[in-house]
Amino acid sequence: MEVTTKSMPYDAWKDNEYIEGLVKQLQESGTNVIVGSLDKLINWGRSNSLWPLTFATSCCGIEFVSLGAARYDMARFGWEVARSSPRQADFIMVAGTIVHRMAPVLRRLYDQLAEPKYVIACGACAVSGGPFKKSYHVVMGCDQIIPVDVYLPGCPPRPEAMIYSIMQLSRKVKVEKFFGGVNRQEKQEEFLKSHPIEGVQD
Amino acid sequence: MALIQEKIAAQFPEATFEEGDILLVNIPDAKWHSLAKTLRDDADLKFDFLVTIVGMDWPEAYGCMYYLTSTEHNTHISVKVTAESRENPMLHSIADLWSIAGIFEREVYDFFGIVFIGNPDMRRLFLSIDWKGYPLRKDYDESPELNPVTTESERQSDFTNTWVEEADGKIVKKEERVFAENDFVVNIGPQHPATHGVLRFRTAVDGETIKKIDVYMGYIHRGVEKICEKLTYPQTLHFMDRLDYFSAHPYHHGLCMTIEQAAGIEISRRAQVIRVLMDELSRIASHCLFLGTFCMDLGATTMLFYTLRVREQILDIMEKTCGARMTFNYDCIGGVMQDLAPDFVEDVKALLAVIPKNIKEYNQVFTGNVIARNRMEGVGVLSREDAISWSVTGPSGRGSGWACDVRKTDPYSIYSELEFDEVVRTEGDSMARFKVRLDEIVQSARIIEQLIDNIPEGEYCVKVPKVLKLPKGHWFRTVEGCRGTFGVYLESDGTTSPYRLKLVPPSLTAAAAVDHLTRGSKIADLITIGGSLDYIVPDMDR
Repeated sequence: MEVTTKSMPYDAWKDNEYIEGLVKQLQESGTNVIVGSLDKLINWGRSNSLWPLTFATSCCGIEFVSLGAARYDMARFGWEVARSSPRQADFIMVAGTIVHRMAPVLRRLYDQLAEPKYVIACGACAVSGGPFKKSYHVVMGCDQIIPVDVYLPGCPPRPEAMIYSIMQLSRKVKVEKFFGGVNRQEKQEEFLKSHPIEGVQD
Repeated sequence: MALIQEKIAAQFPEATFEEGDILLVNIPDAKWHSLAKTLRDDADLKFDFLVTIVGMDWPEAYGCMYYLTSTEHNTHISVKVTAESRENPMLHSIADLWSIAGIFEREVYDFFGIVFIGNPDMRRLFLSIDWKGYPLRKDYDESPELNPVTTESERQSDFTNTWVEEADGKIVKKEERVFAENDFVVNIGPQHPATHGVLRFRTAVDGETIKKIDVYMGYIHRGVEKICEKLTYPQTLHFMDRLDYFSAHPYHHGLCMTIEQAAGIEISRRAQVIRVLMDELSRIASHCLFLGTFCMDLGATTMLFYTLRVREQILDIMEKTCGARMTFNYDCIGGVMQDLAPDFVEDVKALLAVIPKNIKEYNQVFTGNVIARNRMEGVGVLSREDAISWSVTGPSGRGSGWACDVRKTDPYSIYSELEFDEVVRTEGDSMARFKVRLDEIVQSARIIEQLIDNIPEGEYCVKVPKVLKLPKGHWFRTVEGCRGTFGVYLESDGTTSPYRLKLVPPSLTAAAAVDHLTRGSKIADLITIGGSLDYIVPDMDR
């Protein structure tokens, strides 16, 4: 199955093996005709209206502003509805460095996002700590606190790269099983179990 | 300088002096407070602007360097005070003399553990109350096990500490409430679209009226100053892009000049012209983004699209020459990284042609708008005295009638040869701060106009030794960033990396002044006032 988004030829993607592997894994036990068709319909809608959370800590956030402005215009793709409340957003673009003091806040924001939720680690700092690798107060990659779907390198990434990363995410959304099957909620529970919040009992 | 020295020596016989670019006074801690009072109040001295307090961990003792400027006489002075004990370092506070000193002292306490006797609010500034160790001390243990990343909410305290000296000279620690006991405290931030990044205000309100704001910083504190101590001089430059990411060029310029001054490197005229051109271009880009985001805070989204149009045009020019849109890393020790792009002059001329048209448009769309005027005029009035006492520099300070442009008061590079006006307004409200920035775009364009046809031929970068060692000593320089006075304090012990690199960001003081500015105003005005001060959170947190 060739998974792609609008006006993006399949061969133009850089990592088709990954998405093919994901499709294979998801369809290992077959797909129900009715549920599968419903999945397709719903995912078509979901992948074309991903709403980001207005979240930025540093430089990458300004490129995200540029992405929203007229020149790069993310409204073309249905991502322009940046929400200030995590409860209304679909994904969080971790734009900028995450430091020790910010880590609990980011985790709480992530917990507040409604399912299904996604994370893009945007920029070198969010991917791995970036230029602040030697710092005493920087979290070396936001995947230490929350699960990440797309890693986007760059310092800061260009708006074009941001478009590409959100397109990657929308491609991932497209192949997911919304109803039943292997679904990401289980994975998240696993993740949360292995990263417990102390003092809070579920 | 000699006059100042005589004057101080007459009153304080224990003071010793070291001459340099800036006069350095050594004073024992016991006399420091009365010296500070004299420096501020004496009619011939009038050092009313506290530029910064640099905490230091010298091999012999902990201590502080105080940098002071007289706005009236345009003179500078620095004072060195050392703490007597190494186990339990203490100094006397000057928070009662300069409003901003309280915040500066908290920063020093956070990084060095130096307690200031008499400071009413001695909490940590950037790190959490449970943080172990003082990171900028030389013997700080950086192992991640000591201070692990946690997803547990940070422990909060309603109390702050203060150390008071009693009549018999005994120093007693006391606990004080941050807010009054029955205050209703609303939390704004750190994740809030109008705080311009991750800044947090703990706001005590009485109905709609703000009683007190406790500014909580450190949500993007990355420890740049400590990292720089482990890097060589050319490597430290890279972080200047990532502090105030709009003033990347001026900040680079500031640090490069400091290092060049220390190493005795003369740069070519061509490099100087290029640096100034880039500084002014980034000033236009920065102010354009300010106009856009500030108007968006007030609910006028359209302006963002109008102003980003010019900003994108400037970023294109930068990209052709520097190869990046934001983190340029263009100025280097000895000049600039690479020569100008072939069509630089042509592009800049095209930009200059559209700027007047755009300014007119901004004024039509926003400045004259009755809603905008109602929301900005008379809101958050900062008097000239308060601007100086809070060290609010840059366009915000100039909106309060304080002529604090470093390009005029202390001309560096080639600014003394250029013709431009310092934009100063006297109203001191949010509208004045907005208009100053609007007018500064015109002045920056004027500077570029004078230079663009006269870029001299020559080398863009002089030869600099691959391994750069600076002689022993310390240097302090200020430049005009897009948001105000940016200072660099550099201390070298003769090796290839700095012993201490202290960066003095303009945003820290602007954010600290929010509490003073918003008291008694409505909570909706907090957004206007915060927006008009135009602070950048990674800049203040470093």
